[in-house]
Amino acid sequence: MGGRLGFIAQRLVKAVFVILGIIVLNFLLIRLAPGDPALVLAGEAGAADPKFVDDLRREFGLDLPLWRQLLIYMQGILSFDLGFSYRQKQPILDLILARLPQTILLTGTALTFAIVVGVSLGAMAARHVGSWWDSAITTLALLVYAMPQFWLGLMLVLLFSVQLGWLPTFGMNTINSGFAGLEHALDVGRHLILPSLTLGLFFMAVYARLTRASMLEVADLDFVRTGRAKGLPEGRIQRRYILRNALLPVVTYAGLQAGYLVGGSILIETVFAWPGIGRLAFEAVLVRDYNLLLGIFIVASVLVIAFNLLTDILYTVVDPRIEMGT
Amino acid sequence: MDFLRRFARNKGAVVGAVVLACVVLLALAAPLIFPETPWEIVGPPFRKPGEMGFLLGTDTLGRDVAAGIAHGARVTLLLSLVSTAVALSIGVVLGAVAGYHGGWVDDVVMRFTEFFQTIPNFILLVVLVAIFTPSITSIVVAIGIVSWPPLARIVRGEFLTLRSREFVQAAHVLGQSSPRIIFGEILPNALSPVIVSASLMVATAVLLESALSFLGLGDPNLMSWGYMIGASRTVIRHAWWISCFPGVAIALTVLALNLVGEGLSDAMNPRLARKARA
Repeated sequence: MGGRLGFIAQRLVKAVFVILGIIVLNFLLIRLAPGDPALVLAGEAGAADPKFVDDLRREFGLDLPLWRQLLIYMQGILSFDLGFSYRQKQPILDLILARLPQTILLTGTALTFAIVVGVSLGAMAARHVGSWWDSAITTLALLVYAMPQFWLGLMLVLLFSVQLGWLPTFGMNTINSGFAGLEHALDVGRHLILPSLTLGLFFMAVYARLTRASMLEVADLDFVRTGRAKGLPEGRIQRRYILRNALLPVVTYAGLQAGYLVGGSILIETVFAWPGIGRLAFEAVLVRDYNLLLGIFIVASVLVIAFNLLTDILYTVVDPRIEMGT
Repeated sequence: MDFLRRFARNKGAVVGAVVLACVVLLALAAPLIFPETPWEIVGPPFRKPGEMGFLLGTDTLGRDVAAGIAHGARVTLLLSLVSTAVALSIGVVLGAVAGYHGGWVDDVVMRFTEFFQTIPNFILLVVLVAIFTPSITSIVVAIGIVSWPPLARIVRGEFLTLRSREFVQAAHVLGQSSPRIIFGEILPNALSPVIVSASLMVATAVLLESALSFLGLGDPNLMSWGYMIGASRTVIRHAWWISCFPGVAIALTVLALNLVGEGLSDAMNPRLARKARA
């Protein structure tokens, strides 16, 4: 037990350092950007207002030495003050928090879909290696893996919305529908299908390939042969012996993928006008609202680190052998 | 010769190589087939593929989609290759230094690498390009900055195993300098995994570059595949071809690069490949 707690504590310390590193990186980015940092922070619209720029200069202490500036900046962020978006005329943290639940809904659905379907397909391919199934699944994974996600999304819209008229094209709910309760939830669900499918398909391909490779590796090990020699049914060997052990690298990988998932949401939310932080980031890019963009970067990074921590802890639960590991 | 034979045994890799050769050929021949710039308005807007002699149709302003794809191939391939070169130089140097010296140097470099692997790399890419304003240089450098970490890990791993080998010790005894041992003795022996992951990295770079231009963060003077999709996505209901064909070009190129990468990997590690397929 002490080993596990120690492991988790070690991971926590690491996470804190990474977050501090990201704050320093953000700070440096603003200073390294071409032009006056106050103007960069104000964005194109804010720069027109000299009083606002002066306020920013005072707030960040831009006339002080660099290390003092860094301290002021860190203090602000560690007290959950990400600054103010001049464009949207709202505190940045409020803007992000208002969009966050939608992004979590989208990425959560996509990840669940990707893991469930990806692992099943990979397991199926590994069990019937060399068969027609195997080549079909491997080819599908290879194709999906090569497609740009934003384009795949557009093509799905073309097929399911424009041609077949089955699903809505964009947004999170039907405008002015007046839906409430269950009806509202179903409406959101219908809007959720295409974006989460688009985002999930890529990761599904990744998990399918990973599960297949990992299962083939485990299938060669001695304890599997022992199981077969004992005359255990093949289904039990596949599930309890091979798949269970093969899932460990998949769990690790899911943790590492969190960053890509959030990054992908910028593209997917832009394609489907999904009101999450990815779409917010796109809007920030459009109007050059750098302060907001950097705020999103910090929040997204913290989320990803938290998710990594969670998978690390999950890992120690799934496999007690590695609790003392790195 | 032996290498080529092993590569040719992988059918997917051969198909990939052929497709890739076609894309490169298209990129090289673009100014010959379509002498005008791809921004030139050459006909009425929204012509369907095949109409009025436009093989892939015209876009919202009456520009030739086929010309855009041919010229876009130049941009996408060039930017991806150069950004991979940037990532290679960062990754190889850091990985080599970490693996060669070991100890605290290794610790510091690997913590630094882990840091870059943890932060969401596509958001960092968007932040970098947006803040330093989109241009060829900022795009290429930014893609390099977000893609080097896996390479550094691979090179470090190779160096850790190679540095205690006899030929390296011999070089030490002969009094060769560290840079000379790193680049002249060890690196040439660590090249095959570097080449394999570099070819896969070009594929990722194509996807990253397209995604950037799709979001409007491409170089405004360059016609690229991602830009074509981004600029026409709002009219997809009426004109599917403007956004469909550039995406097919991206997917084919990435697929070809991935297949070639896998083929290279098989051909360079024949024993591993046989095991994986068994």
